[in-house]
Amino acid sequence: MSGRAAVRVAKRAALYTAAVAFTVFAVFPFYWMFLTAFKQNRDLYVGATNLQHVPWIFNDPPTLDHVRLLFFNTPYLVWVKNTALVGAAVVAITLVVAVPAGYSLARLAGRWGERLGIGIFLTYLVPPTLLFIPFARVISVLGLQNQLGALVLVYPTFTIPFCTWLMMGFFRAVPRDLEEQAMIDGYSRLAVIGKVVLPLAVPGMLTVVIFAFTLVLQEFVYALTFISQVERMTLSLGVPVALVRGDVFYWGSLMAACLITSLPIAVLYSSFIDRFIAGLTAGAVKG
Amino acid sequence: MATLTQPPATEEPTALGYVETRGLSKHFGDVRAVDGVDLCVMEGEFVVLLGPSGCGKTTLMRMIAGLEKPTAGEIYIAGERVDDDVPPRARGIAMVFQSYALYPHKTAFQNIAFPLEAAQVERSTLRRKVQWAAALFGLDRLLDRRPRQLSGGERQRVALARAVVRDPKVFLLDEPLSNLDAKLRAMARFELKQLQRQLGTTTIYVTHDQVEAMGLGDRIAVMDKGKIRQIGTPRDVYDNPADTFVATFLGSPPMNLVEQDEHTLVGFRPEHFLPREVFGEEPDLVTFRLRVREVEYLGSDRLAYGYLEEERRSDQPVIAAVPITITAPLAEGEVYEFAVRRRDLRFFDARTGLRKPAPR
Repeated sequence: MSGRAAVRVAKRAALYTAAVAFTVFAVFPFYWMFLTAFKQNRDLYVGATNLQHVPWIFNDPPTLDHVRLLFFNTPYLVWVKNTALVGAAVVAITLVVAVPAGYSLARLAGRWGERLGIGIFLTYLVPPTLLFIPFARVISVLGLQNQLGALVLVYPTFTIPFCTWLMMGFFRAVPRDLEEQAMIDGYSRLAVIGKVVLPLAVPGMLTVVIFAFTLVLQEFVYALTFISQVERMTLSLGVPVALVRGDVFYWGSLMAACLITSLPIAVLYSSFIDRFIAGLTAGAVKG
Repeated sequence: MATLTQPPATEEPTALGYVETRGLSKHFGDVRAVDGVDLCVMEGEFVVLLGPSGCGKTTLMRMIAGLEKPTAGEIYIAGERVDDDVPPRARGIAMVFQSYALYPHKTAFQNIAFPLEAAQVERSTLRRKVQWAAALFGLDRLLDRRPRQLSGGERQRVALARAVVRDPKVFLLDEPLSNLDAKLRAMARFELKQLQRQLGTTTIYVTHDQVEAMGLGDRIAVMDKGKIRQIGTPRDVYDNPADTFVATFLGSPPMNLVEQDEHTLVGFRPEHFLPREVFGEEPDLVTFRLRVREVEYLGSDRLAYGYLEEERRSDQPVIAAVPITITAPLAEGEVYEFAVRRRDLRFFDARTGLRKPAPR
């Protein structure tokens, strides 16, 4: 008996060790961003010459200098506004296309729906580094160079496939019986979608909103290709462009920008985590 | 078949039944799920479609509901032909699915009110009707709950309330009791029957459970492989099965079938197959010697499994259901004399399986 108890304790210990290790792994970047954003420059850079220096703590009192530089000496707030604009437009376009597409693939396309869905998903895997050259051509033909409109046009090319795939999973999880019941209860297919299917797919649409927005937020290659004027940049482009000057990295301000941008996303993600997992596994496990 | 040269007259040959199918078929690829079914349900009648899973009973019901398009054939509801272009919502039917298909984002009240909203019933009328339906099923106190806060039995009753609330022409019920536990099921069966009597609504009920079918149906349509093998009252179907499929599908344990000669199978029900001494001096008995292999004690009956020790041996075991009130000894391995009344024997063609008259 005591042997078995020992094994159980060991298993528990291993589990917790793994959990703690993973937590440290996940939290460390945030902690490092936080430290760097509020450290004085002396504290930040002295480690390069002084090996006695302890890098994981504030050796000097923290400072707001880097944050101040970010807000007052760079167009950070303009980038936030640009990102929000592009994000909102892309999210709207994505919803308008991906929701009906996901429903059609899940319900109406029969056996081909699955294969078509996989095909659409595959297009998401084509890397932007291959696509930006032909896109550049399209953008210049449309006269959209150096305008946010270029990004609004290009970003849906990767948000829509991914989100269509996501919505397909969510719509599959809505039992067919419910739709048939509603059709018998007196509704046309369109009315059924509006009154029964969409309300049940709200978690899916929330997932789509957050995913599409995050994809926009982190996109760099297209932004770099199509936008050249600092005031028209989005966060992911503006921050490195403005805060890496030659070979001088404004580490404190860079990390401040990253921290301020990523915190809301992290909070948003963690509050919807259950629904995300439900969305990503919707096809496999019946809710 | 009517020709196309004549436009359909206003006086179309009106269907005799309230719900009627003519030559109705549904093929999925090579599979004939429903294969030329003629079904005629009278107004106010309770008809049960009974058969093993995959026999086509659910597909038949779904075609009547308009959820599947027939490959061929016609469907009439209340004298109106509906198979072609009439969508489910316009057929005047209400359906209860096996899963109950309650809308999880709506309360019980909203679930029951949903069909009325579709019909744009006025607000006060809607409230009154929902309350009437809820009272019918004892749901008054549960109207604010969502489906997941309801027990299985309560969900089933909400689904039924939603079905009755808008006064449909026909109820279609697809195994509505099979998700209830055994204790609730008998009660629900009784309530359902009462309700149907009270409302007088024509009802088609799909099940694979013969006890439900026998207990509920005015008539039972026994289906197998996409065809209706027999349709009749429960007593008729049980006592006079049209073929060996019906004979062995109904009854638990099923009817015994013994080869009489190369052309004929003789069938008798286990409950008619009793120790010889039970019949006393009765005339017109047929006796068999039964070697008992296994005896099961089931409380109300003993089931004796064995083989006939006659010239013609059945390769299938024969079962006798002996009521517990008969105390005749039954020991495993022993041979006993058993008997059946001649009028309880049924004869079938060995090749086609169809019923045939008793040989002289």
